[in-house]
Amino acid sequence: MTEKRKGPARLALLVALASAIFPSEGNADASASKNVLRVCGDPNNMPFSNEKLEGIENKIAALIAKDLGWELEYLWWPHQRGLVKRVLNTERCDVLVGIPKGYDLVRWTKPYYRTGYVIAYRKDRVAEIRSMDDPILKTLKVGVQVNTPPHLALGQRGIVGDNVVAYQLMFDSNAHPEDYPGKEVEDLMAGRIDVALVWGPIAGYFQKKKGASSLVLVPIEEPNNAFEISMGVRKANTELKTRLEQALDRRRDDIRAILEDFGVPLLPLTASAPGGAATTPDGHDGKRKGGS
Amino acid sequence: MKCSTMPPAPVLIALLAATACEARPTTTTAESTTQAATPAPAPQASPGITTATAPTTAAEPPPVTAAELADHAAYAKEAGAELKKLQNDDAQWVMPAKNYSGTRYSTLNEITTANVQNLKVAWSMSTGTTKGHEGAPLVVGSTMYAHSSFPNHVYAIDLTKPDHSLKWQYTPEQDERAVPVACCDAVHRGLNYAEGKILMITLDAQVIALDANTGKEVWKSRNGDPTKGETITGAGLVVNGSFIVGISGGEFGVRGHVTAYDVRNGKRLWRAYSTGPDAELMLTDNFNAANPHYGQKEQGTKTWTGDAWKQGGGTTWGWYSYDPALDLMYYSTGNPGTWNPDQRPGDNKWSMTIWARNPETGKASWGYQMTPHDAWDYDGINESVLVDLTFDGKKVPSLVHFDRNGFGYTLDRRDGTILVAEPFVHVNWAKGIDKKTGRPIEDIEKRTKQGVVTKDICPNAMGGKDQQPVAFSPRTNLFYVPSNNMCMDYEGVEVKYTAGAPFVGANVAMKPGPGGNLGELLAWDPTTGKKKWGIKEKYPAWSGVLATATDLIFYGTMDGWFKAVHAETGKVLWQHKVASGIIGAPMTFKAPDGKQYVAVYAGVGGWFGLPVSNDLSRKDPYAALGAVGIADKSGLYEATTKGGMLYVFAI
Repeated sequence: MTEKRKGPARLALLVALASAIFPSEGNADASASKNVLRVCGDPNNMPFSNEKLEGIENKIAALIAKDLGWELEYLWWPHQRGLVKRVLNTERCDVLVGIPKGYDLVRWTKPYYRTGYVIAYRKDRVAEIRSMDDPILKTLKVGVQVNTPPHLALGQRGIVGDNVVAYQLMFDSNAHPEDYPGKEVEDLMAGRIDVALVWGPIAGYFQKKKGASSLVLVPIEEPNNAFEISMGVRKANTELKTRLEQALDRRRDDIRAILEDFGVPLLPLTASAPGGAATTPDGHDGKRKGGS
Repeated sequence: MKCSTMPPAPVLIALLAATACEARPTTTTAESTTQAATPAPAPQASPGITTATAPTTAAEPPPVTAAELADHAAYAKEAGAELKKLQNDDAQWVMPAKNYSGTRYSTLNEITTANVQNLKVAWSMSTGTTKGHEGAPLVVGSTMYAHSSFPNHVYAIDLTKPDHSLKWQYTPEQDERAVPVACCDAVHRGLNYAEGKILMITLDAQVIALDANTGKEVWKSRNGDPTKGETITGAGLVVNGSFIVGISGGEFGVRGHVTAYDVRNGKRLWRAYSTGPDAELMLTDNFNAANPHYGQKEQGTKTWTGDAWKQGGGTTWGWYSYDPALDLMYYSTGNPGTWNPDQRPGDNKWSMTIWARNPETGKASWGYQMTPHDAWDYDGINESVLVDLTFDGKKVPSLVHFDRNGFGYTLDRRDGTILVAEPFVHVNWAKGIDKKTGRPIEDIEKRTKQGVVTKDICPNAMGGKDQQPVAFSPRTNLFYVPSNNMCMDYEGVEVKYTAGAPFVGANVAMKPGPGGNLGELLAWDPTTGKKKWGIKEKYPAWSGVLATATDLIFYGTMDGWFKAVHAETGKVLWQHKVASGIIGAPMTFKAPDGKQYVAVYAGVGGWFGLPVSNDLSRKDPYAALGAVGIADKSGLYEATTKGGMLYVFAI
């Protein structure tokens, strides 16, 4: 490192020295010894999480910390590429509150809810859309995040023309918070697109919390469009995983209340759910069509 | 520093860790395709967490005026002379590929086939970083200019001093958010020199000119935004007072471009895109006139659906060459930007294309797309080497390009006409190239499709050859090609996750090609498209190659052997084991003491070496886009350790 190098790296070095001189609580089981639930939180990614602790995952983290009788601490870091390797696995924090089961960079708990991508549209602008096979999708302006399952489903139907508006998955919640995934639903509400193919909780949030009462949400019944959601911990951290699973089991109803409060379109959990806590499609304000 | 043993400390430690703990790439194909986003250090103040201030990095330059363009055009006539002359001085090595033709051939003749067995390390030096080391150092006058992987240290080494002490060293201020978005190891492919300046490009997409004598910044400019996934690993090239600079980040839907900066002041002279409307592609009026079937007007939009060209990829992270007589520069573009081919029907021009442009106006006179509608990540950025070859008794100004797609192309570099297009490794995705249409004759069974298992596609996504540059010897008229021998299964689905939304991607399982060796150094006749000899390597041959007038060919292996072989026969005459696997490009020079030296970087990394340079767990074979599985099985974890070193050899 040359003398020209300033800023973060130099500060980091000071911090590193400080922690070498004053070794503090910090090893693998810091959270256990101090009884702190250390959450890796996204600072700016509603409806899931923000620094004001307004998101679904903020509420669930608070609930679980309370259940365990632990303090709650956040490390704020955008939930994007490098999150696990640079933050969770470096033991800067211990828990990812909402990750898909099967996300194999981490050890996941038994899933505590299940949801999926939806077709979202405004009932004051579009009569009805039943499924991805509805021919009307070929004529409307359809928003979708690139490389997500509904993007694939559009491609498989040859819906790839001028009417598809692509939204980037990539966003930096520090540098460009305005590019968050909810932008697609904002555009839908503003009439810039006619249909948003979007992750259900994001659409549900607008419908329930942001006054978008004209929104209709139709689950996309395609392979790989629904996911079970778990908490994630470091692969070696089996003890914490067990503690979290026990707490999630105990707080099943409270969690469900939080999810419903945020308008998350809930789908039945599969048999591996904790305590068989299958939730059912519950007829949120949106229509639920195209299957049982 | 191992990520798993990092002590907990406030967030700034994580910032520091950014240099050591690069993100695991999370997609199916390399330097291409995918979903992820830019993590950023968290500046929020929380108890015990300190806020970092952003480093001072360059800003986007203001638009250039017509007067400034005219001024540069006048200056360019004079400015080009220096490098056109210096490239022929074999005591020095003043540009990335030795000369504008990109041959990496030197007439130095002190080290010969007879005495090479006495070659010994003259001196060596740590570069101070542990990511992969690609490219080669420069030698200008009596100074060697060496570089490192991120954070891109530059060292000016005094060759007149017996201890090879430093005249200066420099490390650019960089936005560390660039590291996790760089696809395949935070490598850097080297420096350029012109008019008393060292010109460099940083991983976070800055363009910087340093005073070659003092290392002081003369100017800096910005060529891309790393928070949007734009990074740069390529070296660029100085031509006639313009610094020609590319961009990486195709996997984030970056729309590729090539940009010229005024060497004097960093002003942006022109930028030509790889996709989009003709005006932004900067085509000449008679573009592809000799080969209209390659495509002419409006192909940058019409071969896409809707406005998908805006995320069109076609990035430009490879090598550049230049023909002063034709006044054309050559480079090629990478894969199309959207990961799923179903979503972008059409040829997706001008991804995967070899381009010829005038370096002063930026205008393209021809472009040839090698792999239309890519479904394999056969990223087309490999170097184009300019040589004059004899066909039917006539000298033809030719361009030779060994592509990731497995075909070795010889084109007429005046207009792009195909002279030869033959597979140089085992290829089964296409049966050949139809020379009349220029299009590959595809085996439809080998075209990948999301959600469908496609087995045994050869070559794999790393290609028949990756970026590691070839050499050409005018004595043998052969190319010396470091190649890969690998195939892939494109299979299954894997759960991925970003910013609260999960989704799925395909797994790519990589495996050895026929014979089991993962690499081979080939001697290749560019007029017939036939291999003359080959040296099979246990690992992919991922280093560059150097050829000398004494019929010596130098190259290195990923397990750290630096070798000299006979240019005619491929007989290994000498080898030396260095500190880490070699993915750099060897070079040679004559020092002020009058002796010939050969230099090479050690420092394993790059896509195949990423598992070692980034300490990736071997438990996840699909990690690093499938590199972990094959690197682990090949024994690379046991064969070498990471670390950047400069080695200099002499008799």
